[in-house]
Amino acid sequence: MAYTPQKPPLPETTEQLKARIPFWGVDLDPADRPSVPKLQWQEDLSGAHWEVPDQQPERHGPRERSIEHASITPVFGTAQPLHGVSGAIRRHAYARFSEARLAHWLLLIAGDRVEATGAHLRSFATLRPDNPVTETGVLAEAGAHPVASRRGRVDARHQTIDPVLVAGPWVAGAAVTWLGLRRVVRAVRR
Amino acid sequence: MRAMVYRGPYKLRVEEKDLPTIEHPNDAIVRVTLAAICGSDLHLYHGLMPDTRIGHTFGHEFIGVVEQVGPSVENLQVGDRVMVPFNIFCGTCWFCARGLYSNCHNVNPNATAVGGIYGYSHTTGGYDGGQAEYVRVPFADVGPVRIPDWMSDEDAVLLTDAVPTGYFGAQLGEIVEGDVVVVFGAGIVGLVAARSAWLMGAGRVIVVDHLEYRLETARSWAKAETFNFAEYDDIVVEMKKTTGHLGADVAIDAVGAEADGNLLMHLSGVKFKLQGGSPIALNWAIDSVRKGGTVSVVGAYGPIPNMVKFGDALNKGLTLRMNQTPVKRQWPRLFEHVRNGHLTPSELVTHRFPLEHVAEGYHVFSAKLDGVIKPLVVPGAA
Ligand SMILES: NC(=O)c1ccc[n+]([C@@H]2O[C@H](COP(=O)([O-])OP(=O)(O)OC[C@H]3O[C@@H](n4cnc5c(N)ncnc54)[C@H](O)[C@@H]3O)[C@@H](O)[C@H]2O)c1
Ligand SMILES: [Zn+2]
Ligand SMILES: [Zn+2]
Repeated sequence: MAYTPQKPPLPETTEQLKARIPFWGVDLDPADRPSVPKLQWQEDLSGAHWEVPDQQPERHGPRERSIEHASITPVFGTAQPLHGVSGAIRRHAYARFSEARLAHWLLLIAGDRVEATGAHLRSFATLRPDNPVTETGVLAEAGAHPVASRRGRVDARHQTIDPVLVAGPWVAGAAVTWLGLRRVVRAVRR
Repeated sequence: MRAMVYRGPYKLRVEEKDLPTIEHPNDAIVRVTLAAICGSDLHLYHGLMPDTRIGHTFGHEFIGVVEQVGPSVENLQVGDRVMVPFNIFCGTCWFCARGLYSNCHNVNPNATAVGGIYGYSHTTGGYDGGQAEYVRVPFADVGPVRIPDWMSDEDAVLLTDAVPTGYFGAQLGEIVEGDVVVVFGAGIVGLVAARSAWLMGAGRVIVVDHLEYRLETARSWAKAETFNFAEYDDIVVEMKKTTGHLGADVAIDAVGAEADGNLLMHLSGVKFKLQGGSPIALNWAIDSVRKGGTVSVVGAYGPIPNMVKFGDALNKGLTLRMNQTPVKRQWPRLFEHVRNGHLTPSELVTHRFPLEHVAEGYHVFSAKLDGVIKPLVVPGAA
């Protein structure tokens, strides 16, 4: 079969489409759509009544920033300031490597895992220890048709990995703690 | 106040947190009345986004009531019911002045490659989000608008991200009359993209997913043809067969980093974080579109490199268009479409979770249980 200049015929004519889909073609003109053209001067500055925004004060010490920026931005988030070991890792990622460097992102991910592990351990010294059962929301399975919902899907295979990924470190942690405790008890008894 | 907080990958809980305060003269504090969980939140929840800190409150889709305003706020008053675009933006940097609100340069010290987003890790600026009772809204004169009287709360919250993003996905496809458009992903973003493709005069709209209940909604709500990729050995070949072996004129990736369909890509990208998510849906889009065609990407990816089939994109002479959605720039037209019923987003809301049960909401949405399409989060309703 040779390919020809014509576009293969569409299953429906424009008249059929208009009859079936009442809103067909209401934004037909590509030039008359929002954000066209991509760069378009916004006369109203979207409501801003300044040209240089006020600078937000840094209340939590020097804020980490991408070295691709000239300086701290006039506005920034103040949630979860850096702290501890994970904070040092993250601060290094920001101070040393631009966003163009893979090391920047790998260090940030390392910081994430270090912080999560520390947070879980610290939580055991509080009145509200982390609870992997309630915090993963798996209790919702009961009312959510867990078997029927998963029929005929391609992600069923790797969904079985999730519990291992999530529970694995907890099981390993519990095992290590138990072995350690047993050793201590035996040493004390001896 | 009560707020959802992140406790590590796949884990979150509701905690008592300090009320947010005015940090900048143009800040407002908004009491959240309705929020939503987005497909993007799943990337954070699964630990895919670097610098997601313990204690972070997610949520970039929310509406609420202005509780407090900073000294320089002129356009909003205490008591106003507002909808807040998921982008945090200043209005006056080089990018905002030209309408690239999602690419603002004045709000995210942590990265230059992405703008500011509520509740979306420190990589997007370190702002706590709206799956909470209160939230800090920076540049209150720029982002939020008062909710029109005629608009329902559901429609308003869906207009803060999901609806503009779906429409934007179709728009980036540069659809002209008669185009064959294939949309990968039948989440709310893909469904709105498919329906928007008709608004722009598509001649044929095809939606691909593996969740049959969502494909059903694609047929009824988005009036599209559907392909369940689980039923085919190779979905790209099916897309060729159904387009006279030329390929579609336009392909839209409305899946992003969590894509299924290739175990190796999924494990390396999603489970083991060796890529910024699985690029399989994007690769399918690149391979399904015809030469000289357009691939529109609204599915989100992380900052770590992905195994994208760039050689195919080059050899095929494709146009690739993508961005985070500049929500407020989309609003005037989308308000019209919602008002006159061309788009009926609230019909896609399937679940409402009280804030206290947000962990269950994430699990149901992440595992795609119980016919979920769009879950909302209701603060103070436990
Ligand atoms: N660009 C933006 O501004 C922006 C805004 C909002 C959401 N997003 C992104 O859009 C994407 C979709 O969001 P959503 O809320 O609809 O999420 P969702 O999780 O509800 O939907 C994703 C859908 O993709 C399907 N899917 C998985 N692998 C697929 C594949 N290989 N081919 C086809 N379909 C596949 C899933 O089954 C699911 O139905 C996410 O990546 C999200 O981060 C981007
Ligand atoms: Zn979103
Ligand atoms: Zn800006």
